Amino acid sequence: MKTPDAAIVPVVDLTATASIPEVEVPDSTPETLTETLHEQVARELKKVDGKSSFPFLLEIGTEEIPDWMIPTALENLRLSFEKLEIPHESVRLDATPRRLVLRAEGLPGRQPDSVERVLGPPKSAPPQAVAGFARKQGIQPSEMKVESTPKGEYYTYLKKVAGRNIKDILAEALPGVILGLYFPKTMYWTGKGGPRFIRPIRWIVALLGEEIVPFELAGVRSGRLSSGHRRLGAREIAVTTMDYERRLGDHGVVLSAEERRNRIRIGMKGIRIKPDDKLLETLVYLTECPMPIQGGFDAQFLELPEEVLITVMRHHQKYFSVEDSEGKLAPAFVAVMNIASDPEGFVRRGNERVLRARFNDARFFWETDQKKAFAGRKLDLANVTFQAKLGSYLAKTERMMQLAGELGGDAHAVRAAELSKIDLTTELVKEFTELQGVVGGLYARVQGESEPVWQAIYDQYKPESMEDAIPRNRTAQIVALADKLDTLRGCFGVGLIPTGSRDPFALRRAAQGVVRILIEGRFDLSLLAFLGGDEALKAFFAERVRYYFKDIRGFAYDEINACMAASVGWGNLVDLGTRLERVRGLRASPDFEPLAAAFKRIANILEQSRGTGFTALPSGVDEALLEAGPEHELYQEFGRIAGQPIENAIARLRPKIDLFFDKVLVNAPDPAVRQNRLTLLQTLLAEFSTIADFSEIVTNS
Amino acid sequence: MQSFQQIILTLKQYWADRGCVIQEPYDTEVGAGTMCPETFLRVLGPDPYRVAYVQPSRRPADGRYGDNPNRLYKHSQLQVILKPAPSDVIEQYLGSLEAIGIDLKQHDLKLEEDNWEAPTLGAWGIGWQVMLDGLEISQFTYFQQCGGIDLDLVPAELTYGLERLTAFLQAKDSVYDIEWAPGFTYGDVRYKDELQYSVYNFEMADIATLWKLFDLHEGEATRLLQLYDPKSGDKKRFPLLPAYDQVLKCSNLFNTLDARGAISVTERVGVIQRVRKMAVAVAAAWSDQQLAVAEVAQ
Repeated sequence: MKTPDAAIVPVVDLTATASIPEVEVPDSTPETLTETLHEQVARELKKVDGKSSFPFLLEIGTEEIPDWMIPTALENLRLSFEKLEIPHESVRLDATPRRLVLRAEGLPGRQPDSVERVLGPPKSAPPQAVAGFARKQGIQPSEMKVESTPKGEYYTYLKKVAGRNIKDILAEALPGVILGLYFPKTMYWTGKGGPRFIRPIRWIVALLGEEIVPFELAGVRSGRLSSGHRRLGAREIAVTTMDYERRLGDHGVVLSAEERRNRIRIGMKGIRIKPDDKLLETLVYLTECPMPIQGGFDAQFLELPEEVLITVMRHHQKYFSVEDSEGKLAPAFVAVMNIASDPEGFVRRGNERVLRARFNDARFFWETDQKKAFAGRKLDLANVTFQAKLGSYLAKTERMMQLAGELGGDAHAVRAAELSKIDLTTELVKEFTELQGVVGGLYARVQGESEPVWQAIYDQYKPESMEDAIPRNRTAQIVALADKLDTLRGCFGVGLIPTGSRDPFALRRAAQGVVRILIEGRFDLSLLAFLGGDEALKAFFAERVRYYFKDIRGFAYDEINACMAASVGWGNLVDLGTRLERVRGLRASPDFEPLAAAFKRIANILEQSRGTGFTALPSGVDEALLEAGPEHELYQEFGRIAGQPIENAIARLRPKIDLFFDKVLVNAPDPAVRQNRLTLLQTLLAEFSTIADFSEIVTNS
Repeated sequence: MQSFQQIILTLKQYWADRGCVIQEPYDTEVGAGTMCPETFLRVLGPDPYRVAYVQPSRRPADGRYGDNPNRLYKHSQLQVILKPAPSDVIEQYLGSLEAIGIDLKQHDLKLEEDNWEAPTLGAWGIGWQVMLDGLEISQFTYFQQCGGIDLDLVPAELTYGLERLTAFLQAKDSVYDIEWAPGFTYGDVRYKDELQYSVYNFEMADIATLWKLFDLHEGEATRLLQLYDPKSGDKKRFPLLPAYDQVLKCSNLFNTLDARGAISVTERVGVIQRVRKMAVAVAAAWSDQQLAVAEVAQ
């Protein structure tokens, strides 16, 4: 117990770091070996044991955790464990849907002992107080000594503090570590107010060496009993830190995700599957004992669009699709089971039957939808809400048609915009929402719409991510722009502005798509003209533009600031990109930074002058008022290089400007001279600020 | 080969053996077994309960005139409520599959994340869809909220899609071909329902009449709910169960109007809100009433 007047300061670590003795044990016992040496070996080995380095095993046994949450949960588990600051040599994390596992090697059995210097009463204190202090601390007054401290002379004594058992520290901390793991959505199961976790915790293995780290959580006591695969293993299996992974293996659980991944890959060897790493990861964390099996379907389903077949297989059934030797979809699939084998073919036949039913449904929808002319369904969109405050998709369609025209779209673009949302009324999209756009494009194609039109409908939601390509042709790009710009304008107009992580209408993605289409599609137009004068939306786009050029294209932030602040503005993103390339090129020149610094100086001077009432001469610089020498020379040089690209001017301009600032007093006493001089500077700045506002460049000088 | 009815009988026996009250279907149209008072109201409050029943569940929009081999206007759910959920609840569920002859060592079973939510009931839970050889055969949910109320005891709700399960066991591609009882197919027993209700729901239901009925049932539920007085000493005899029946009627009328294409999207949210408001009010009053009953018992 700390007493109020006792400051505790740890001073020494009492545990000497004993080095592991090097004891050579000969292969064969030579005759000369004495009893003493045997004893010595035994004693030294015991010492190593005594130093005690233990493996630690924590297995949180749960009901099936959603696959996509598992890798993050493991990373969090690692961080929480590291935060305990228990020394260890290595940590390894593993997981299956039913267990999160942390194994660490080389934990000590105890914290090192330490001593603390306890500060007692001052030397001047009456003897009773000193005795009282000693009594409270449980020591003899003679064990104390007087030390001088910054506060004066005080009684102190060295208190030995025994290190705690690591097992006790873990037992205390682990419930908090486990319940502190972050999951996107948690539940309670033991009753209202009970602990929350991603799914119910059903068992916990917690072992330090051979000993149980004892604690209780949600009514579950930690122990040494794990659990096998739900049907290929026993419900309770006793494990040790040594045999844990092997025991799980004996009971149908492949603990390592890497091993499960390999099992799936090896099992698919020789089959031409469409590579799909995301699906592979899903299956790795959806199984404890994965095994791929191949199944087939009737080749007549291949008449259906490939997109529909693949979506059914991938999104609805979690199957890999298979290609033939020419890369075309083959009437086959690979499912990954959570059992080791399917000798009777039950699983294969079951999956084939499910897929057949799914494909039959899709065919039914495909055919039903086409009983009505695609374009003829447009008015049905009046019944599909885009957003409560923004009206129906019919209203959105009309706005998009208008926008497509304004964006320079031809009749194809306007036609594509008109048909773009109709697929939302089809049975196929109601069933497979992820195929919106694609389905519309497919229907438009089979019903004879021209190629640019159906492709534009098909591609309208692209790019769906930073990696995704932009729409394939001009018409498609314009329709995609019209769709996204309309959504952004509409949502911002009614106050649906993304905040923090809340972005339910995916407006960031839409804006990023606009930026990429404009730049990569080389649209020579100003984005700002299409934002309906919405300042919040303009700021939102400025962020996206910055992000694109900085994080995707690798420009420096000050280059981006400078180019966006140029007098021509940043609305034409293609032009902005070109200017950024130029500024990046200029930056290599030794004249660049000094010139940028000079521009900054000019900008500052002008700003201050405007504060004191300066306005430039409307007729421009009056040559008669220029002072001979550096000022006039600068003017003349400027006359010669004005209108030329800055790349040609920079080397010539710099010495003149340097000299000007060196020799000429800008704030001349004569107001007319001063005004003329400032006008010269402003003209100069304006001339070169069309590419970038160089005062935004961060310089070393 | 086990018939449809044999599978039902076996499952009922299985859950009876595990302490469930075997109930008969509720006698008002519902869209899902969850909506029956045996689930919706029984999960509220602190009293443990276990019940299993087969509930014919009507989804007017899912009707396909008896043409589609997998979609039904009215399908049968086996609904099991274990309140509170025992710690081996998944094992018990797997045992029920084995009881109807599925050897899980030879079949692929996965629990895939699927959190259930019923906005009209103010209810949601955490759980999975149970996939057997790629077929979704059950929904497994740990209820968290019902009628907008955090539940005292967390029940497990197991919902078996009986037609699918039977088609799986009988290896039938069409639900109409499954054997209901020796000598009778599902089609023999149910085809007429599917055809006639599809015609009614999609073509012939009189929209004005249905709206009038909706308003009447809503009016009656609201009237009763307004009369419920939490301070009344005699509140345990207050007819909340009949009030809830009126809510169920509204829910089914809403579904029928929706299938009929009579509810515009803008109206939709509003109508859902109206039903939800009644359901939440019943749940709140019911919880209060049960508390009073519990106090009297003490």
